[in-house]
Amino acid sequence: MNDRQNSTNGRALRRRHWNGLALFAGGMVILVLVVALGANLMFSRMPRSSASSSPAPDAMTQAPAVPHARASQSPAVVHDLAPAVGTVQSGVPQAHDPAPVVKATATQAAVAPSPAFTPPNENQLPDGAYGKVVRLGEQIFLSTGKNAAQFVGNDLSCGNCHLDAGRKADSAPMWAAFIHYPAYRGKTGKVDTLAARIQGCFTYSMNGKAPPQDDEVMTALQTYFFWLATGAPVGTAVKGSGYPDLQRPAMAPDRARGAAVYAENCAFCHGANGQGQRSGTAQVFPPLWGPRSFNWGAGMHRIGTAAAFIHANMPLGSGGSLSEQQAWDVALFMNSHERPQDPRFTGSVEITRSKFHAKDDSMYGQTIDGQVLGAKR
Amino acid sequence: MYPHADVAASLRLRRARIALCCALFSVLIGSAAVAQPAAKGVGQQIAMEGLSGKVAACSGCHGLKGEGSAAFPYLRGTGQDYLMAQLDAFANGTRKNSLMQPIAQGLTKAQRSAVASYYSRLAPPARMVVAPAADPARPGEWLARRGRWTEDLPGCAQCHGADGGGVGSHVPPLAGLPQAYIAEQLQAWKSGSRPAGPLALMAGVATKLSEADILAASTYYAHMGTDPALAPPTIEGRAGK
Repeated sequence: MNDRQNSTNGRALRRRHWNGLALFAGGMVILVLVVALGANLMFSRMPRSSASSSPAPDAMTQAPAVPHARASQSPAVVHDLAPAVGTVQSGVPQAHDPAPVVKATATQAAVAPSPAFTPPNENQLPDGAYGKVVRLGEQIFLSTGKNAAQFVGNDLSCGNCHLDAGRKADSAPMWAAFIHYPAYRGKTGKVDTLAARIQGCFTYSMNGKAPPQDDEVMTALQTYFFWLATGAPVGTAVKGSGYPDLQRPAMAPDRARGAAVYAENCAFCHGANGQGQRSGTAQVFPPLWGPRSFNWGAGMHRIGTAAAFIHANMPLGSGGSLSEQQAWDVALFMNSHERPQDPRFTGSVEITRSKFHAKDDSMYGQTIDGQVLGAKR
Repeated sequence: MYPHADVAASLRLRRARIALCCALFSVLIGSAAVAQPAAKGVGQQIAMEGLSGKVAACSGCHGLKGEGSAAFPYLRGTGQDYLMAQLDAFANGTRKNSLMQPIAQGLTKAQRSAVASYYSRLAPPARMVVAPAADPARPGEWLARRGRWTEDLPGCAQCHGADGGGVGSHVPPLAGLPQAYIAEQLQAWKSGSRPAGPLALMAGVATKLSEADILAASTYYAHMGTDPALAPPTIEGRAGK
């Protein structure tokens, strides 16, 4: 070594050292870039799973139309339809609490919200075989019971909760759902594809049967969502996703106040009995509870999710007209009524509650007017 | 063979007799049921004859069968609560109309209720079957069925039904109403000369409509085929233009 070094020209040695250093530095720069890029990607892909520990993006803009779990907070907390809704404080006993406490997540607004996204205009619907499937998806979305009858077990349509045929911002729009899946969900405890997520909608919100993944209904819905998401940034927080976050209410939600809000603002369309209204065979106003509504496993049965949806979107065309407190109260009122059984029912309301509803803000298994919700066969 | 045929024939005859008896019986029952409400109630009397020297007959403008005429809306098959609310609003002056105000004021609350009940029980006009998907190339149809959600504007059909037939007792039908009448009502909500309606829904909707929107939507519903005998006067001009 020494011999060879000594025999080498000093300048050449320095040059070689310099070359090595440059190579090393270049390599490091590339390495750092790759790591940074990877971390950035990871971060933007799973913002909800680190919501409480890192300066995660604003939950409101983060939240997709469909659920993401805030895993670090409480893996059992599932946000089915609108993960934007406040997270239920884990550890707070819920079983006898008629006014579930929900932790607002507005404080997480650390990352600037991404620009709003507008789905393509209907006039731009493509022709041909692809356009035909997009249109079919749209029609299934708007008249689900008619166009996907074999998978629907109630009188709801997708468009009842995802307004403007899944286009409207702050109404859990489908363009947002499309760009946020696959995603980890606390509800299933695994990464779900968009198809799996749609199957969940049919199982719970539509109180029906999950269409097989290769069914025409699934293809049409996903094609429609794909078209709606034309030009949307994949995996990025987009303004208008999910339902806007609600602050924890000043007063604990109250059923009696909620009943008054309901009578004044909701009963005109949904009926005093909550069963909606029909015109001939067509369901015009959807039933909010009872045997023809969503079941106890649907995201909308959670008080926070319902309150967020209601505040942003109800009465139809007058979103934001109810106060946040009114939205919480009327959400509690709506979801304190009997509805179809949770399809994951174990045979015991108590066990089903502790298994699937212990940590969500659910009235399932709680006693209302002497009746245990979920116990009616 | 022959005895069997005889039995079969007599069976057929007996069945035919039974069927005939049933048919006769149901015709009798049916005509009795029809005859029942045909006995003139207060509502029908006011509708057809008015109150002598005081209140004009509804049928003068709204047609002998409540089918409407010219720019006067049809009333038949329209929800009782809706009709009652309108008569009350005419009576108390919150819905302004120089023709209807004196008429409504000339009726007692009970008489208004009887008239509203009478018209609500008449069969509504036949409804047209609507194409499953709205056509985005037709502004009137698109607005009527899908609305304009960038402005939080729901489609008319989201409350009035896809066929424009109205819903329940409070939400009136739109299909086949005269274009001028629909347009006038939307203008009235805009200007406040008609009560904002339940939940102020219609006032909220109307303020989001441009003149072109009003023409497009009213033309869509006026042209929405109902019973051909009730076809409204044709309105020239293209929706949305």
